[in-house]
Amino acid sequence: MSTPFYVSPQQAMADRAEYARKGIARGRSLVVLQYADGIVFVGENPSRALHKFSEIYDRIGFAAAGKYNEYENLRIGGVRYADLRGYTYDRTDVTARGLANVYAQTLGTIFSSAGEKPYEVELVVAEVGVSPEGDQIYRLPHDGSIVDEHGSVAVGGNAETISTYLDQRHREGMTLAEALKLAVQALSRDTNGGEREIPAERLEVAVLDRTRPQARKFKRIIGRQLARLLAADGDATAETDSALDEEPGPDENPPSKRGGKPRGGSGKSGSADSGDGGK
Amino acid sequence: MEANTRSTGRLPAAFLTPGSSSFMDFLTDHQPELLPGKQTLPPLKGAIEAPHGTTILALTFPGGVVLAGDRRATMGNVIASRDMQKVFPADEYSAVGIAGTAGLAVEMVKLFQLELEHFEKVEGAQLSLEGKANRLSTMIRGNLSMAMQGLAVVPLFAGYDTDSEKGRIFSYDVTGGRSEERGFAATGSGSVYARGALKKLYRDGLTEQQATTLVVQALYDAADDDSATGGPDLARRIYPTVTVITDEGFRQLAETESAAIVRAIHERRLELPDGPRAEIL
Repeated sequence: MSTPFYVSPQQAMADRAEYARKGIARGRSLVVLQYADGIVFVGENPSRALHKFSEIYDRIGFAAAGKYNEYENLRIGGVRYADLRGYTYDRTDVTARGLANVYAQTLGTIFSSAGEKPYEVELVVAEVGVSPEGDQIYRLPHDGSIVDEHGSVAVGGNAETISTYLDQRHREGMTLAEALKLAVQALSRDTNGGEREIPAERLEVAVLDRTRPQARKFKRIIGRQLARLLAADGDATAETDSALDEEPGPDENPPSKRGGKPRGGSGKSGSADSGDGGK
Repeated sequence: MEANTRSTGRLPAAFLTPGSSSFMDFLTDHQPELLPGKQTLPPLKGAIEAPHGTTILALTFPGGVVLAGDRRATMGNVIASRDMQKVFPADEYSAVGIAGTAGLAVEMVKLFQLELEHFEKVEGAQLSLEGKANRLSTMIRGNLSMAMQGLAVVPLFAGYDTDSEKGRIFSYDVTGGRSEERGFAATGSGSVYARGALKKLYRDGLTEQQATTLVVQALYDAADDDSATGGPDLARRIYPTVTVITDEGFRQLAETESAAIVRAIHERRLELPDGPRAEIL
């Protein structure tokens, strides 16, 4: 029997982490951000049927970047966990924090067990509160660590560039249209600082809307409503923020915005973002 | 292998195993003791005394369906509860009303709601109305051994079928046998009287307003003749539960709305105690 090569634990973990990160980077990035009435999930997804975002429970949503079969497995596990917990105790006893902990344990165990390959996924678990202060967003990287996020978060291959962009421009109390537009602008950034256009048909958008009368706050935004939100931001912001010294011109041109081009930013988040292509 | 997540923190293998989209199947595999109907009862003489719910009725109108129930629960000749809720949303487009042993029925509804919601979340699509009705059948059948001991649950299921774009009603017997009803249906101890009233007053082409009024009329008649069915309690402001399901989804009438219907009917009954008269010929 030949002696196996010695690999230091540090090296083994570093290799596993790199393997997982590379897998995640192959997927498209997605963003999750707070707006006045809840939390919005935005991502580029050419598929209509295979979702990146989904409902876990009444106030809890799930977003994932990376390998589909792996995060789908975790998603269903989460739904089972939440439904079983709600059934055994009460619906109010199902929390994003509890779910995030279970995911963290699961991912962590898989990451450090030598027999299994690490999952190539990065998850976001978000819970909408009755007020913005009660919103919770947890980011769960592949290794089972858990990060409590506020305001905005991006996961996936290009997450760093996108997060930086979002951190600079996201602010509290944005309307849904503003948040959506900012998210699309952020997603349009390439790693090298360039921009590209993401047509509305390739966007997957979902919200946890605290104003919904039903107990289940998760809702997909599709078709006409999505087009209206992407297009109407000009009018909406022109009305609500007419005091801003922005030119109304570009805002009144909805078709050009449908793709969420960064220049559309002159509408609202433009107040923080005084120009496009900053990079 | 672990029975629950509390022991290890991580999701047990059963949670991550690809499989059925049914929550009941998951429970059956994972924690069967949580399923209602799985409990084995000790041998008993006679029936168990437990609160019973009474009259539930449903009727269709163009564009939707109305499902309503009284509020009384009885235990023998005692009124166990005056304001019991017996009609529940099953999901966005369907509702279930229950007559029978209250404790089991409420438990069954809870599991049924979860079953539909779980399927919807896992699959990303809703079950068909037929699928939902069949699922309820299975659950009643699972309760058969308890039903034989007197703990029967007999639901009435109504929903808006988004495929055929109309309201539909399904009634059940204690063995889980399911039958689709045309026009109207009722279940529970007061249902014979309610059905009589519905038969005389129902007609095609009712408006939503007429349909909601009609169910309250029928409940009034049921309470008139059946002591286990509670009539509208004007003094305590306890009114029947009336729900409407249309293509816009499930909606329960607000207390002010059902109060208005009840008061209008009550006014008329002061003059005509037996209610509106149908034509003889």
